[in-house]
Amino acid sequence: MSGNTEDIKPVKCTIKPPFYLQIGDTKTDPAHSGVCVVDVTLPFGKPVNIEEITFKNYYTAYVTVRLLRRSPGQETPAKWCTALRDLPLMDNPHTERGSQDYYSIHRTQMQVDPDHVVSVRLILRQPSSAWLTFSLEDVKIFPHMEPDPEKEVSDWLSDLTLVGQHPDLEGLPDPHTVSSSIQQMWALTEVMQTNQTTASIGRFDVDGCYDINLLSLT
Amino acid sequence: MLLAYKTSNCAVPDAELNAKLTGRMDEGTELSLTIAQIVQRLKGSHLHSQIERQAKECLHQPEIKLESLKEDVRSFLKTSGWERKLQNAVYRELHVQLPPSHPAAPPEHLKEPLAYMRKAQASWEKRVLKSLNSMSTELEVPLARMRPAVEQKELTNKWNEMGTDEPDLSRFRPVYAPKDFLEVLISLRNPNHDSSEDVSVRSHWGLIQVPLNVRDIPQLRRAYSELNLTTGQLGIDDHAHIHPDLFENEYVQIGKKVVVEQDSAAAQQYSRQGCPTGLRADLWALILNSTNQPQDVMHYEQLTAGVIQHDLLVDNLIYKDVKLTASNDDYYFVFEDFLYQVLLCFSRDTAVLDHFKYNSATPPKSYIQGKVGEEECAVVYPPNGVIPFHGFSMYVAPLCFLYNEPSKLYSVFREMYIRYFFRLHSISSSPSGIVSLCLQFERLLQTHLPQLFYHLRQIGAQPLRIAFKWMVRAFSGYLSTDQLLLLWDRILGYDSLEVVAVLAAAVFAFRAENLMEVTSLASAEAVLADLSTLKVMPLIQIFLFATAI
Repeated sequence: MSGNTEDIKPVKCTIKPPFYLQIGDTKTDPAHSGVCVVDVTLPFGKPVNIEEITFKNYYTAYVTVRLLRRSPGQETPAKWCTALRDLPLMDNPHTERGSQDYYSIHRTQMQVDPDHVVSVRLILRQPSSAWLTFSLEDVKIFPHMEPDPEKEVSDWLSDLTLVGQHPDLEGLPDPHTVSSSIQQMWALTEVMQTNQTTASIGRFDVDGCYDINLLSLT
Repeated sequence: MLLAYKTSNCAVPDAELNAKLTGRMDEGTELSLTIAQIVQRLKGSHLHSQIERQAKECLHQPEIKLESLKEDVRSFLKTSGWERKLQNAVYRELHVQLPPSHPAAPPEHLKEPLAYMRKAQASWEKRVLKSLNSMSTELEVPLARMRPAVEQKELTNKWNEMGTDEPDLSRFRPVYAPKDFLEVLISLRNPNHDSSEDVSVRSHWGLIQVPLNVRDIPQLRRAYSELNLTTGQLGIDDHAHIHPDLFENEYVQIGKKVVVEQDSAAAQQYSRQGCPTGLRADLWALILNSTNQPQDVMHYEQLTAGVIQHDLLVDNLIYKDVKLTASNDDYYFVFEDFLYQVLLCFSRDTAVLDHFKYNSATPPKSYIQGKVGEEECAVVYPPNGVIPFHGFSMYVAPLCFLYNEPSKLYSVFREMYIRYFFRLHSISSSPSGIVSLCLQFERLLQTHLPQLFYHLRQIGAQPLRIAFKWMVRAFSGYLSTDQLLLLWDRILGYDSLEVVAVLAAAVFAFRAENLMEVTSLASAEAVLADLSTLKVMPLIQIFLFATAI
């Protein structure tokens, strides 16, 4: 379902620097923070319907997603709501599993519809004192694309006049036979492509030569 | 024609967790992707063409009716055993397939998700390559060269008795030994890990300082439930003084049925309680889907030709390793010739390169004729990308007890290497990887034998320094062969090397009393020097199921 994210570009958004929450006097208390807030602001005046949020984890244990939504047209102020609470990214906050993995949060996983979103707030939690820091990297927000309606051919296209045909074909082969044989070749290559095997041939040399002096260190 | 095969029998407890964590809500999509990948891999394989041919030929048979063509052909393939072969092939692909991953994850992330481990593996590899390069330069032996015709003929003639050769190997030394690798693992650090606290609740007394997920005894009890005290085991309940009717006879009958059915998944499940000696060769071949068809024999012959044609520097390392380890071992010296025949061919097998997509290691690269940088002249060295180290031949030696046909022996070894053994000498966060095994061993010891661990630490005898060499070889060469094979039964049965770490801890538990008396590393080594009398299954069973929690 989310397989077409390569075609869809992520929305240009401003990701504010992560803000780590501290209790009490930050100067005297050297304890690591366990909560971090990352604000992602979407372009002003252009609310987005979110399809998916993707990111790469860096030692965050849980993430909560809050959305600031503004209903279109109405005068009501924008409201914050929680789309997802405490999604576990690491099954054990003290150990490595999941700590550097790539994740996607799809709109269907969210508890509210992520439509007309003005701003996204990611609340990261890492309760373990094992890590020096934690964050999310490469946060991308993909917009929800409505499927394209059937396009009609514009009128001006059909007004184009066809260029005069029947050029001089002396000495050249008949275009119909050429095109049909090309079509046959194309069909053959399609068949060959679909029947391609992943089995290798097994040769390790290059044209019979395998004289090696030094291994490459790069 | 492809039959979707559920992964329920694979010991992959993390697949579901992974799916949940990555937020993949669509299991159907994931399954389709897996099926598509497997179809792609099996397409064009020999099995594919065999099944096609069978399907075409069966059309001559009278019971195949035109109206129900599809169902009739399918049931023909089922009764003639071809569907089972396809199932086994699919099952094998599931073992060596990458787990489903996020589309944004680059290939290096699939090999190893943690950046600092990738870096450590890369710098270790660089060290090894530098060492190999200097060996080649100092000894003035090229890394690879074409053998002259006379030499090729000579080698062909003595192919079956390479052990009688006494080449001058004194100048060659192994590229690295397990203890060098251990030092690298000990120095592994996560740059984001807070190790500022000297003494804390979490303090780990051992040498491995990376916080990987390893299972504790309660979790191991659930995962290895077939090893519990009330389930019959080979290695325990086939003991001479236990009447065979109580367990052994019936168990062997079941084993025979499994072999007749030719079902890989059933064989793997069966192997968890051990394989009877007479059936083990067939069962392991089934689990690994190692057939010995004409095309496999041909492939092996092709590799042999590769050995005859080109001489590689690593060949000398293999010779040296065999001479130093297997040839000196009472159990394995008779198999010396087999070992050369398998290992030299293994080095030439480019099919092994496939496994690097899930191995954190990268095959070494070079250019022929010094044409550095020209991609058309780029080759992998050795052709299989694996540089042998001291003790490597011990991965093959125990298999010689099971298979006496070189191409079959080769096929089984190669599959075992690309499923399990490669994890024992590369740096990765995999639960079966050597780093996890070392950490698990230390954790089990610290949790359940804290007095012993503390004592050994105080006298400068860190337990891992003794146990590492056992684990790197999966105990090959340290246990008596029948016991080793019982251990490897469980590695295959559970599709995991974890049981190696459990056994290492169990051995320390067994010899705890003696170890508490020693006062130096050397005497601790002496207590644990001889494991040849140990019975592995009782040790594992008691450690897992009789330890007080």
